[in-house]
Amino acid sequence: MALLEIERMTKHYGLVEVISDLSLEVAEHEVICLIGPSGCGKSTLLRCVNRLEEITSGEIRIHGDRITGPGVDLDRLRRDIGIVFQGYNLFPHMTVLENTMLAPTKVLGMSRREAEEKAMSFLNRIALAHKANDYPDRLSGGQQQRVAIVRALMMNPMLLLLDEITSALDPELVSEVLDIVRDLAAGGMTMILATHEMGFAREVADRICFLQSGRVHEQGPPAEIFGSPQKERTQAFLRSLKKAGRL
Amino acid sequence: MAEHLVSEAPDEAGRAAVWRARSVTRTHRGRAGATLGVAALTFVVVAVSAQHIGRYAVSQGISSIAAALPGIIAAIAAAVVLVMAAHASMKSLVAARSSDVYSARALGAEASLGAWRALSWSGALLIITAGAWFMVVNNAAVSRTFFDLALIRDSAGKVLWAFGTNVIIFSVSAVLILAWSLVIAIARTLPGETGRPLRFLAIAYGDLFRGLPAIITIYLIGFGLPLTDLPFLSDLSSTSYAIIALTLTYGAYTSEVYRAGIEGVHHSQVAAARSLGLSHAKTMRYVVVPLAVRNIIPPLMNNCISLQKDTALVAIIGAIDAFNQSKIIAANNFNLSAVTTVAILFIAITIPQARIVDKLTERDRKRMRAGG
Repeated sequence: MALLEIERMTKHYGLVEVISDLSLEVAEHEVICLIGPSGCGKSTLLRCVNRLEEITSGEIRIHGDRITGPGVDLDRLRRDIGIVFQGYNLFPHMTVLENTMLAPTKVLGMSRREAEEKAMSFLNRIALAHKANDYPDRLSGGQQQRVAIVRALMMNPMLLLLDEITSALDPELVSEVLDIVRDLAAGGMTMILATHEMGFAREVADRICFLQSGRVHEQGPPAEIFGSPQKERTQAFLRSLKKAGRL
Repeated sequence: MAEHLVSEAPDEAGRAAVWRARSVTRTHRGRAGATLGVAALTFVVVAVSAQHIGRYAVSQGISSIAAALPGIIAAIAAAVVLVMAAHASMKSLVAARSSDVYSARALGAEASLGAWRALSWSGALLIITAGAWFMVVNNAAVSRTFFDLALIRDSAGKVLWAFGTNVIIFSVSAVLILAWSLVIAIARTLPGETGRPLRFLAIAYGDLFRGLPAIITIYLIGFGLPLTDLPFLSDLSSTSYAIIALTLTYGAYTSEVYRAGIEGVHHSQVAAARSLGLSHAKTMRYVVVPLAVRNIIPPLMNNCISLQKDTALVAIIGAIDAFNQSKIIAANNFNLSAVTTVAILFIAITIPQARIVDKLTERDRKRMRAGG
C-alpha cells in the first residue's frame, strides 16, 4: 500500500480552482518532484497534505487511513509529516538550538537533554554546530534553510514536504541545501519536492510530476519527462526553461 | 533590428547644452542677509530683556549673581548666533566672487546651512525670552502664583509622601494590567466558531471601557462598590478602588495594543509552528505572544506613561494622593505652588521613560529599514 494516496482532490480559493481532480500516489522511500509553472498548484498541494490548507473535495490517505474530513487530530498528523517552507520561517526570537528543540520538547515531551543531544548531532552533521546558540538573523539564507530542515527532521517525520526550499536563496547557497536533500534521499526518506531546480530534480527524483492548471499533466521517471516528454504542454514548459538557460 | 525599445536621441548635443546651462551656482545671498538681520534683532531683544529682568529680580531680593547669570548666558548665546549669521553672510559673498564653480557651490551650501541654523537658534532664543517676560510681567504675578519657592520648600515633604500613593497605585495596576489585558487579547483572537462567544465578550468589554472616561469609571467604582454591601468588595480602601478602576480602563486599551501585536505576527510563523504539531495554545505560548510582545514594547510603555499621569484622577474619590494633598495645601495658602511640585514630580518620572520609548522606536525603525 502506498504511504500517501491523494484521490480526486480539488481545492478552491473562493471561485478560483487551484487544484482540480488531482490524484497521486507516493510509495514509501519514494522521492517525487513536482514541477510546473508558477500558480500550477505545487505549493497548495503540499500544504493540503499536512492540512495547513483544507481541501474542497476528494480525499487524502496516509497508509490507507483517511486524514481529510472532520475529527482528524491535526496536531498528531503534523508530527509525522514535516514541511520545509520557501521562506525558512525559523522563529526569530529563538536560537538555532531552541528552534530545533521546541517541537520535540513541547509536543513529544522529550527531555531537554535528549532533545539537545539529538539537535546537536544533526547540527554537527550539517556543519552548523558552531551556530547552535546564534539567532536566525545571524545566519545566511542557506544556513537558515538547513536549520529549518533539521527542525523538521527532529520530529522523525515519515513524509517530508519541501516547498521550493531553494527559491529564496542566492545561487551560490543553493547547493549546500540540496546536498542535505540528496543525503536524505539516499537515506530512504520519503519526500515530495516542489521545485524549480530541474537539474536537481532529474538527479534525485524517482518520479517527476508535471503539474498544469491544478492537474498532474504528465508524470514519469526523470529520464522520460526530461528526455522525451509526450504531452505538448510539458514540451513547451521545458522548452521555455531551456531558452531562459535554466535547464 | 530596425525597431528598438530605445533608439538614439536625435539631439544629444542639445541635451548636453541644456544640462550645462542649468548648472548655475546658488549663493543664497538673500537668505543669509535676512538671517543676519533677524539675528541682530534677536541679540538686541535678548540683551535688553536680560538687563531689565535681571534688574527686576535683584529688586525682589534675589542675589545679583543668580539674577544676572541666566541673562548673561542668554546674551552670550544671542551673540554666538549673531556671529553664526555673519559667518553665513560672509560665505555667501565669497561664493558669489569665487571663480571656481565647485568651491562656490560648496560655499553656497554652507552659507545656506549656516543661515538656517542661525535662524532656528534665533527663534528658540526669542521664544525663551518671551517666556521670561511672561514670568515677570504684572509684578511677577505668574512667578508668585506658581513658583513660590518658600511654599514649595515647606510643602515638599507632605507632597512627596502623598506621591507614594500614586506610585503604589501605578505599580500595582501596571502589573495587573499587563496580565489582564493579555487575557483579554487572547480571548479577542480566539479562532473559529468555538471562540465566538468569548471573542464577543472581549470586544464588548473593550468597547465599554474605552468609551467610558477613566474619571467616571473611577468615580463609579470608588463610590459605587462601597454602597453595594458586597462582602470584601464594599470595604476596600480608596487606593484599592482606584487600582481596580484603572486596571479595568487601561486593560481595555492595553488589550488592543496586545491584539495589534498578536495580529502583527506573520502568519508564516504560525504555519511553521502548527506544521510542527504545536497546538493553537502552544503556538500562542511559545511563538506568537513572545514575538508580539517584542513588537509592542514602545506602545506598551506609552500606555504606562499615560497610566502614571492618570493616577492623579483618583483624587476625585478622596484618596490622598499627591494631587489631592497639594490641592489642600493650595487652598490653605491661596497659592498653587504645591501643585507645581506635583507637576514637576510627574514630569520628572515620565521624561526618562519618554526618552526610552523614543530610543526603542528609533531602534525598531532602524531594524525595519535593515529588513527584519
